[in-house]
Amino acid sequence: MLNALKDVYSVLWVDLRNLRRHWRSTLATSLVQPILYLVAFGYGLGGGINVGGVSYLAFVIPGIVALTSFSASFNGAASKLQVDRFFYKSFDEFLMSPVSLYSIVVGKALIGVVRGLISSGAILLVGFILSPTLMVNPLLLLVLFTSCFVFALFGVLIALVINSHQGMSTFSNLVMLPMTFLCGTFFSLSQLPEAAKAMLYVLPLTHSSESVRAAALGQPFPWLSFLALLGFGIGFFIGCIVALKKASV
Amino acid sequence: MGEFIVTEKLTKFYGTVQAVQDLDLQIHSGEIFGFLGPNGAGKTTTIRVMTTLTKPTSGSVRINGFDVVNEPDKVKNVIGVVQQHLSLDRDLTVRENMEFHARLHHLGAAERKKRISELLEYVELADCANRMVDTLSGGMKKRAAIVCSLLHEPKVLFLDEPTVGLDAQGRRRLWDLVRRLNLDGTTIFLTTHYIEEAEALCHRVGIMHHGHLIALDTPEALRKKLGAVAVETLVDNKETRYRFFADRAAAARYVQTLPPNAGTVIIRDSNLEDVFVEQTGEKVGGA
Ligand SMILES: Nc1ncnc2c1ncn2[C@@H]1O[C@H](COP(=O)(O)OP(=O)(O)OP(=O)(O)O)[C@@H](O)[C@H]1O
Ligand SMILES: [Mg+2]
Repeated sequence: MLNALKDVYSVLWVDLRNLRRHWRSTLATSLVQPILYLVAFGYGLGGGINVGGVSYLAFVIPGIVALTSFSASFNGAASKLQVDRFFYKSFDEFLMSPVSLYSIVVGKALIGVVRGLISSGAILLVGFILSPTLMVNPLLLLVLFTSCFVFALFGVLIALVINSHQGMSTFSNLVMLPMTFLCGTFFSLSQLPEAAKAMLYVLPLTHSSESVRAAALGQPFPWLSFLALLGFGIGFFIGCIVALKKASV
Repeated sequence: MGEFIVTEKLTKFYGTVQAVQDLDLQIHSGEIFGFLGPNGAGKTTTIRVMTTLTKPTSGSVRINGFDVVNEPDKVKNVIGVVQQHLSLDRDLTVRENMEFHARLHHLGAAERKKRISELLEYVELADCANRMVDTLSGGMKKRAAIVCSLLHEPKVLFLDEPTVGLDAQGRRRLWDLVRRLNLDGTTIFLTTHYIEEAEALCHRVGIMHHGHLIALDTPEALRKKLGAVAVETLVDNKETRYRFFADRAAAARYVQTLPPNAGTVIIRDSNLEDVFVEQTGEKVGGA
């Protein structure tokens, strides 16, 4: 166990070195979108609206935090892994080392977790300043960390199964973009017809934004959604291992 | 001298493409073995199977007695691999790349530091240790890649076309490094499509063609089998004909029998290119 953790850190180490060199531009890039959303939706669109008893601003900030944990973790893990696989071609070096596939997957996901936590943490900070109704509590931090981990694993999985830059951008337009807007980030799912709701609950970001929002606003916590999120994480992890085993055939 | 690598009927298909077929090969410990063949012959595929990256379709490979499919962890500890393409993290320095490999191979902090500075001296890269990989010349990049593969003191080093893209000086420098590593006890398995490289560097050579091993011996013996002396005759100024003889005297006797209008005649030592052409009817560099 201890050795596996050491291996995980060895895998993460090289990505941390990279991040250390580029952290300013990395952080800036990952904050542009959420801040635009915050301005456009939080102030521009939703100025006077109330959702379920809270101001729209207080409602949308947790959604944007969840969204940031999604995009920053997913992209953070996926983009570095794709670079390793196709640009540096250094990914084989991991596979030829005595480090186990499990440690490789977790280590490769952790750079996404690090980047996701930094970015969503920054947005959370901005959110507290703008909307004092939000609360920081251990549950929120747990949900945020879990979200980042699940989405980072999602990024690793997609970077392992999609073998081209082209495929990656198709995926991001066809799957990630709709998720960004639909998964309960900007509006409450309770307004939707049942069929649409059922479809959106198949997506992990829905569970993340509902959990983050409930924790941040002190509403009853949707444990089922949190469990679903964990389930997605386990599914993605297994998917990664299968993809890696298949790659060597 | 034991057999360090043993392949038995190693076969690899990619879909319907047959990359390697029924390869039986023994690599002795302590030798420099050269795998010679044109593009697409199956050299890289063989290395990928030997280094646990790809599973064989059938057949087996044992390295140091361990099966590459069933005991990959035991194999990984004794192999060092330098891939055909550069596989360093180009956004890191040479030293950071080395530290990364050392960590992956479980070297402790003190050991890491010691090995890294020793090896940097060994490959003459100490001055560039803190430079980003992207700023190095081709030859330096290659040596950086080699040094990364040496941190865990592998017993066998795989070098896939190590000198492609290097100038004459860089190539010679790399040959010297390979010889030095070999003298210090590392078994070397290298691939190349340069005839001179195989002849200058390798104790034994295996020649691959379309996934088949078509010759296997010392460069000396391969040439002798064919005939150590080659006679080239240019017929009608367009087609070159080759004949091979055991020695110069025999070659000279043959030349005497040629008609006076036979055209240009060249007598020279035979080489591995001749061996390849005779076996396949093609040139190593492609026709
Ligand atoms: N991943 C792959 N998928 C499909 N076919 C492949 C793959 N890798 C290699 N091949 C095919 O297998 C055959 C052998 O390729 P290999 O790379 O082993 O040759 P090589 O001797 O290393 O050639 P080169 O000198 O060009 O590096 C070729 O026909 C190649 O197209
Ligand atoms: Mg090759």
